[in-house]
Amino acid sequence: MDLTTLTIDEAAALLARRQISSIELTSAVMDRIRSSEAWVHSFITVTEEVALERARAADERRARGEAGVLLGIPVGIKDVILTKGIRTTAGSKILGQFIAPYNATVTERLLQAGAVCVGKTNCDEFAMGSSTENSGFMITRNPWDLERVPGGSSGGSASAVAARQCLGTLGTDTGGSIRQPAACCGVVGIKPTYGRVSRYGVVAYASSLDQVGPMANNVAGCAHLLAAIAGHDPRDSTSVNRCVPDYAAQLDAGIKGLRVGIPREYFVEGMQPEVEKAVRAAVSTLEKLGAQVSEVSLPHTDYAVPTYYVIATAEASSNLARYDGIKYGLRQDAESLLTMYQRTRATGFGSEVKRRIMLGTYVLSAGYYDAYYLKAQKVRTLIRRDFADVFATQDVIVTPTAPTTAFRIGEKTSDPLQMYLSDIFTISINLAGLPGISLPCGFDAQGLPIGLQIVGRPFEEETVLRAAYAYEQATEWHERRVSGF
Amino acid sequence: MALSREVVRHIAVLARLDLDEQEEAAITDQLDHILQYFEKLAALDTENVTPTAHVVEMTEAFREDVVLNPAAPEELRSNAPARDGDFFKVPKIIE
Repeated sequence: MDLTTLTIDEAAALLARRQISSIELTSAVMDRIRSSEAWVHSFITVTEEVALERARAADERRARGEAGVLLGIPVGIKDVILTKGIRTTAGSKILGQFIAPYNATVTERLLQAGAVCVGKTNCDEFAMGSSTENSGFMITRNPWDLERVPGGSSGGSASAVAARQCLGTLGTDTGGSIRQPAACCGVVGIKPTYGRVSRYGVVAYASSLDQVGPMANNVAGCAHLLAAIAGHDPRDSTSVNRCVPDYAAQLDAGIKGLRVGIPREYFVEGMQPEVEKAVRAAVSTLEKLGAQVSEVSLPHTDYAVPTYYVIATAEASSNLARYDGIKYGLRQDAESLLTMYQRTRATGFGSEVKRRIMLGTYVLSAGYYDAYYLKAQKVRTLIRRDFADVFATQDVIVTPTAPTTAFRIGEKTSDPLQMYLSDIFTISINLAGLPGISLPCGFDAQGLPIGLQIVGRPFEEETVLRAAYAYEQATEWHERRVSGF
Repeated sequence: MALSREVVRHIAVLARLDLDEQEEAAITDQLDHILQYFEKLAALDTENVTPTAHVVEMTEAFREDVVLNPAAPEELRSNAPARDGDFFKVPKIIE
């Protein structure tokens, strides 16, 4: 049996029955990483020794009577998330050989649950991008077609799951960076409600938008990972004090009577026809499963991309001010402090990051603040209201995750704005702080995966997961696996 | 109104970024294009709309100002590119 094809639940069951050990499972995953990385490049850092140690420790914990669905399960962690004692780069050269001095809260929680970190996954630099092409280190390739992008910014996290290099990963999502790569790579990824999961120890991009979330081969896998990482953290003042439900417990409760809203603004010109077809077919499936489907409107959809790029870049310009060559990372020596800052940052940051810092600095600067930043914050309120209005009569909103399937490497790098527009369906969800999942709903004629997005009310991850699970179990998309290497 | 190189140069100073001639030209073009796209927002009437700074309804995010779980200073300094014992070394600030 190829252990790397197991879902988290299947692996947990075999581990619980002592039919396999975590050492065996982790070793199988390590072999798979070794044989496939030359094609995919999901990982910036592979932590083989640490992983085998942790696998051994998990087996010992189990021998002492411990249980738990994540005990001994190999997972990958996006390289914007701090892992103590292990190099953390945020996908950027500016952090040099930075070794994280502490664990992020989400890392801590996975460790407590006994998960085994196999490595740090590749991402767009500082999580800025939709293709992982902005990584300061290497290009990650889409396992379904190696000439195409895995999506971004959590491209490595998505490709690692799709390529069976681990059973689950953590990514982060600021404008779609979990959901869009999940769609590109045919896996499941969920961005929780803002404030559901702690951002402590997560390299900040845009603090009012960033969230950590899981990716896995199926909805149940994501549910288990989410349950492990969610919850209040006193070290993150934006994390919300609300109890964490057992997300995997009610997955199969069904969706009879679930009111599903389909926003007309999410079916636009320029969308790939196969994407529209697959999503509409998925909606029919939801109806057959008992959902009540209606067309709804989110009138300010067209303003979401500019609103996001004003707010996110403004927050990023502030968050990235700390990379100054003094406390950590790269340093370009110079005669004056100012020159040292300027040269260190010029050398260490890639061009997309510089672009966003410049944009953000501009929209916050004297004379422009009101016209751009304050304006965008007001439009953000209008966007939130659109969703609140729809959620008065609907339980979930269903849309395509992205307007197209995975594009070719290099296809969108010459025009930044083109790249930004690929976030069109995911971005509003971050602005409104809502939970959203992407799961596979078909494949195009090229064999590339198509993603379905399900969005819920704040803190209603259970409803979102339940709807996703019902759809998943009524279809076979989740059983299709990558082949060829 | 097109974005000028002067403004871009000024922003680069604020952002502590050293841009070379080529980068400056490219960024000016790209930013100009993107900022024109942002003009879309001006079309919306937001006269009586409260800005959203934070999506979650919460007010009390404070706690008592006491030290909890102090991280070992050595760990926090260990990544410094230039240090002198307990201190981070920097180029001379005061003439």
